[in-house]
Amino acid sequence: MDGAVIECTGLRKAYRGSPALRGLDLRVAHGEVFALLGPNGAGKTTAVEIMGGFLARDGGELSVLGRDPERPGPHWRRRVGVVPQQAGAFAELTVREAVAHVAGLYPRPAPVDGLLATVGLAEVAGRRIGRLSGGQRRRVDIALGVVGRPELLFLDEPTTGLDVVARREVWATVRTLTRESGTTVVLTSHSMAEVEELADRGAVIAEGRAIALGSIAELAAGRSSRCEIRFTGHRLLPPSGLPGDTEAELLADDRVRVRTTEPSGALRAVLDRAGELGIAEVPELRVSRPTLESGYLSLLAAPARTEEEARS
Amino acid sequence: MTSTSAPARGPVAALRPVLRAGRSRTGVELKGYVRNRQALLFTSALPLLLLVVFATLFTGDAAGTGVPLRHVLVCGIIASGMMATTFLSLVVGIASDREDGTLKRLAATPLTPAGYVLGKAGQAVVVGLAETVLLLAVGRFGYGVALPDTAYRWWTLAWVTALGLVSCALAGIAFSRLTSTVKAALPATQIPYLVLQLISGVFFVFTSLPGSLRLAASCFPLKWIAQGLRSALLPGSFRAAEAAGGWEHGRTALVLGAWCVGGFLLCLLAFRRRPPGLR
Repeated sequence: MDGAVIECTGLRKAYRGSPALRGLDLRVAHGEVFALLGPNGAGKTTAVEIMGGFLARDGGELSVLGRDPERPGPHWRRRVGVVPQQAGAFAELTVREAVAHVAGLYPRPAPVDGLLATVGLAEVAGRRIGRLSGGQRRRVDIALGVVGRPELLFLDEPTTGLDVVARREVWATVRTLTRESGTTVVLTSHSMAEVEELADRGAVIAEGRAIALGSIAELAAGRSSRCEIRFTGHRLLPPSGLPGDTEAELLADDRVRVRTTEPSGALRAVLDRAGELGIAEVPELRVSRPTLESGYLSLLAAPARTEEEARS
Repeated sequence: MTSTSAPARGPVAALRPVLRAGRSRTGVELKGYVRNRQALLFTSALPLLLLVVFATLFTGDAAGTGVPLRHVLVCGIIASGMMATTFLSLVVGIASDREDGTLKRLAATPLTPAGYVLGKAGQAVVVGLAETVLLLAVGRFGYGVALPDTAYRWWTLAWVTALGLVSCALAGIAFSRLTSTVKAALPATQIPYLVLQLISGVFFVFTSLPGSLRLAASCFPLKWIAQGLRSALLPGSFRAAEAAGGWEHGRTALVLGAWCVGGFLLCLLAFRRRPPGLR
């Protein structure tokens, strides 16, 4: 199908009767970094394990790289790379030994030393994996996942538990690799910053279903795509009101919060009013677009709200 | 790198990539094993220590044979070392692979379960062979155990060692399916290992044991490995002291061979569909 690397409809899976996936629909296009977001227990890991061919589904249609992962044929596994959550394999091997060993399991692997340089491990190539820092170890995991030059890569929480600097290093590694190879990536993450940094599109999964699907900006917009303008001084609010779907709120210490679908228009109105009042600089002015986090939270809260609305 | 996308011609061609992967896995497994001090101490140094302690402790001859008791013990402990380096180390090693994510990592590669099993078994057999040579050398130079003096006895030593190592390795791989954590694997292997050592004539002369225990021991490889080693390493005069009044080479080969075949079938069954890291 037109460039779809993963196509799944109505995916279902239950563990001993308790459902983990209740009809998941997803489509991941060729070459994109697709994020799976969702609270713990939402079914992300189950979905990834089924798509990666590690777990059988109970129902639904699934095609990954044009194959059903349960009947993948002989060469499918070579085309799929996985960076699992749990790390700790090969502790006694050196970085180069481990990467060269796994490379040897693939027909057309990436050159080992080149890859080690790309992921920033060239200097520790001779060190045992058990003696590396957390960030270095995670980059070994990534190197092991991509050394077979997969067309599709599953990255399961690549930076969970890493410090800020190590996280940025891993992100840089992932960006370099995806830019160079055009590999399609399915990224699971709890970090909104990570998803904003790496992903093109994504899905929010809750209770075994995709409740939102779209570009990261669309997900960030969440239920309401309103931007926020903050400043101090209620007299800066024009008496004629603000354009668009706008809501102004007076907070403590004369601070004002405006939520609007037309941030430019609303800002112009505030600035015009400031000009009328002879105020050159609007105190504490801040304009922000909705963050992925706020959009995500509004999406997760949405089903409950609609139920309430239905009841009232 | 040759492309393997062409259809395989016959079973030999189909096996080639599996064998290549198995060899590559064996190398990596050996590196990991040798560098893991815990594994080295636990499975390789222990039999050596037992050998030194027992051979030093026991002096005098095995009753009515004129053969020094410590020579009988050396044979038993070499057999026990074979079991430790194969059965014991594989059950614990596979549990540890499952626990630390190695199995999951490998399951995400094109490595087949057969390649994994071959690598594991290869590592165990190589380590078992090295352990056997080491214990044999200590027995020879430390305690005066004579090495085989005829080609026939060398041949006996060779096939008993080969069948012993392979049967215990396959049994270990099949058994590993029953334990999922290292914590569970340790007692689950130590108990049968200890009991078998006690009833198989490793530390005692076999004929001094009650008949029911001897019968139980006869169902497992360890008793036969020890007996086979005695037939290769002890003087012919000891033959009369064996339970059956002879070396029973035929029966030894039969029991060890049956364990090899049975272990192989169980391995196929256990690792039939999916790599063992997966649900």
